[in-house]
Amino acid sequence: MEPIINFAADVEKTDEFVVNIGPQHPSTHGVLRFQTTLDGEIIKDIVPIIGYIHRGIEKMTEFLSYKQSIYLTSRMDYLSSFMNNQACALVVEKACGIEVPARAQAIRILMCELQRLASHELWWGSCTMDVGAVTPFFMAFRDRETIMDVFEANTGNRLTTNYILPGGVMMDILPDFIPQVKEILRNLKNFLPEYEALVNGNFIFQKRMKGVGILTKEQAISLGVTGPVARASGISCDVRKLHPYDGYEKLDFKEVVADGCDSWTRYLVRLEEMKQSIHIIEQLIDNIPEGDFRTKTKAVLKAPEGEYYQRVETARGELGVYFVSDGTAKPYRMKFRSPNFSNLAVAKPLNVGAKIGDLIASMATIDLVIPDIDR
Amino acid sequence: MIKLADIVQWIHQWLTDVLPAFWATIAANALAGIAILSLVLVCVIICVYMERKVAAFMQLRLGPMRVGKWGSLQVLADVIKLLLKESFVPTRADKILFVVAPVLVLTVSLMALAPVSFSDGVQMWDMNIGVLYITAISSLGVIGVLMAGWASNNKFSLVGAMRAGAQIISYELSAALSILAIIAMTGTLSMNELVQSQADGWWIFKGHIPAVIAFVFYVIAATAECNRAPFDLAEAEQELTAGYHTEYSGMQFGMFYLTEYINMIVVSIIASTLFLGGWQPFHIYGFTAFNQVMDYIPQFFWLMGKVFFIIFLMMWFRWTFPRLRIDQLLKLEWKYLMPISLVNLIIAALCTVMGWHF
Repeated sequence: MEPIINFAADVEKTDEFVVNIGPQHPSTHGVLRFQTTLDGEIIKDIVPIIGYIHRGIEKMTEFLSYKQSIYLTSRMDYLSSFMNNQACALVVEKACGIEVPARAQAIRILMCELQRLASHELWWGSCTMDVGAVTPFFMAFRDRETIMDVFEANTGNRLTTNYILPGGVMMDILPDFIPQVKEILRNLKNFLPEYEALVNGNFIFQKRMKGVGILTKEQAISLGVTGPVARASGISCDVRKLHPYDGYEKLDFKEVVADGCDSWTRYLVRLEEMKQSIHIIEQLIDNIPEGDFRTKTKAVLKAPEGEYYQRVETARGELGVYFVSDGTAKPYRMKFRSPNFSNLAVAKPLNVGAKIGDLIASMATIDLVIPDIDR
Repeated sequence: MIKLADIVQWIHQWLTDVLPAFWATIAANALAGIAILSLVLVCVIICVYMERKVAAFMQLRLGPMRVGKWGSLQVLADVIKLLLKESFVPTRADKILFVVAPVLVLTVSLMALAPVSFSDGVQMWDMNIGVLYITAISSLGVIGVLMAGWASNNKFSLVGAMRAGAQIISYELSAALSILAIIAMTGTLSMNELVQSQADGWWIFKGHIPAVIAFVFYVIAATAECNRAPFDLAEAEQELTAGYHTEYSGMQFGMFYLTEYINMIVVSIIASTLFLGGWQPFHIYGFTAFNQVMDYIPQFFWLMGKVFFIIFLMMWFRWTFPRLRIDQLLKLEWKYLMPISLVNLIIAALCTVMGWHF
């Protein structure tokens, strides 16, 4: 006999329903899908479903030479393509024992920090837009555009720059690079207070951000979160400080760590990081060493047999490149530890029990770039 | 000086001369309806253009520039586009409700314009419960929104409609309480008498602090009732794609779009009638010459000026503020706006009884 179902209990239960937020949705900023189980407005469960833009970049590198692999890395996190290039270049340099000229190192850092600024600008615009304010988005794009113009002039591309190669950089900087960057810095120094005046003090914005999307230090460590997200949870994890590369150790900058653990802290950490980036660029812009922008390398690089690992700090966190070489011109296996993939893991602890609006707002402060998750 | 009322009177006279009494009434009503409808449509076109330009100038861009001089024909082009687009009905949708919902929403918002006093003596229907009628009618609109959300058979639409329901019903309370504060002072619900009562000064100046508080609260509640940012949770683009009208396209969507702006016009008309003197010109006691100059501006333009001023305020909100979360939205209403409105109403009543207002 089937047991008699207790109808009375059923009456009091409210129905849950599953909503797919994504893959086509205005605020997932890419083809990411959140399968959310909702009880009214409250999120009961959330499962991120990825793979819509998987291109097999790791597998493709097995068929390409080391120099060619650089071009694929630009397509992972398209908002930190310089850092991706840099990571791949650094690991190959480490494997092949290539020395990088001081000028190239300075250019790399300049470009990477400009990229970090551009990326955080875009994040600031889209984050505020996800909370519902549209105007800041245009301000962010106004300022980002000037940086993109510099990239376009100097590297030929705006997003997929393919600029940093094993042994240096692709091309030397143009003569008017330095005045242009100085102009950008001058403008940004005026605009950052404007950003703060427009958004930070806004009562509604603070209400939406403060105490929302709590990610405790323990959770952040156990989920392998890196970058500004982890630093806002009080974890010191800036690769530029902990494992300096390309001459970051010579520069004076602070690692921005805060322990508010909520969306608001993540927001402030990124704004502060922009100021630090400006500070780094200011130190370098007048002191770019003379010399070669690239050492001569062999046309086809062959890494000695072995395993190599290098990490860099992208705008979103720690990017690790690990590859195994069998002594030929192509990697035997190349693996990218992308920051966005591990940062995506916070989706569940951050959002279960929150409301739909909170999901959008707190995921905006995680700042995901979807092609980097899927690779 | 020719007054608008004279023209209206003249047309009415001519109709009664030419036609039998019954047909004359029908013709007069039809003409009045057409006049209001075309006025509202023109206002909506101005509003849409204004919204895009205001947004553009707040966002460091130019807005529509291509169609016509300064993009002035852009709205027309958009309307033609909407008319030509297919009005698509999803397969699993509740077809009847789906089609009826936008029509209902639009009709209801147009009905709210019946007792509006546009100028001295120019009013379609001077009913003695004008304000009550408008608040009652405009709250019907939420049924259309709920219908749209339910009939679309789309989860985003459903959540949007749910939000709209909770929001509009809540904010109606503080809107009505703010209106009541002024009603307590005037002692009339008729739109015409409300305006007449402000001949010696607008209520926002005459009514002491309660009137100012009521005005501020009414503008907040009205913004929420119109589902405008920062209270646009029902449409919340970043959360629910387009909320209750996600599945609508073509002119069916156009009706929702139109309704949003008509609602804005309606609440602005109420606000300007109650607080800013309706079509009464701005007078300063003692400045006779100044007052005479003000009198030369037609009353109709005074009303429209005030209406567009409030609409501009609402646009300003929209392009400046982020969106509230649903629980914060309801908390704002039930914990702050409504209790304060209640106290404000009591103070307004006290002011009236003691004769403190001017």
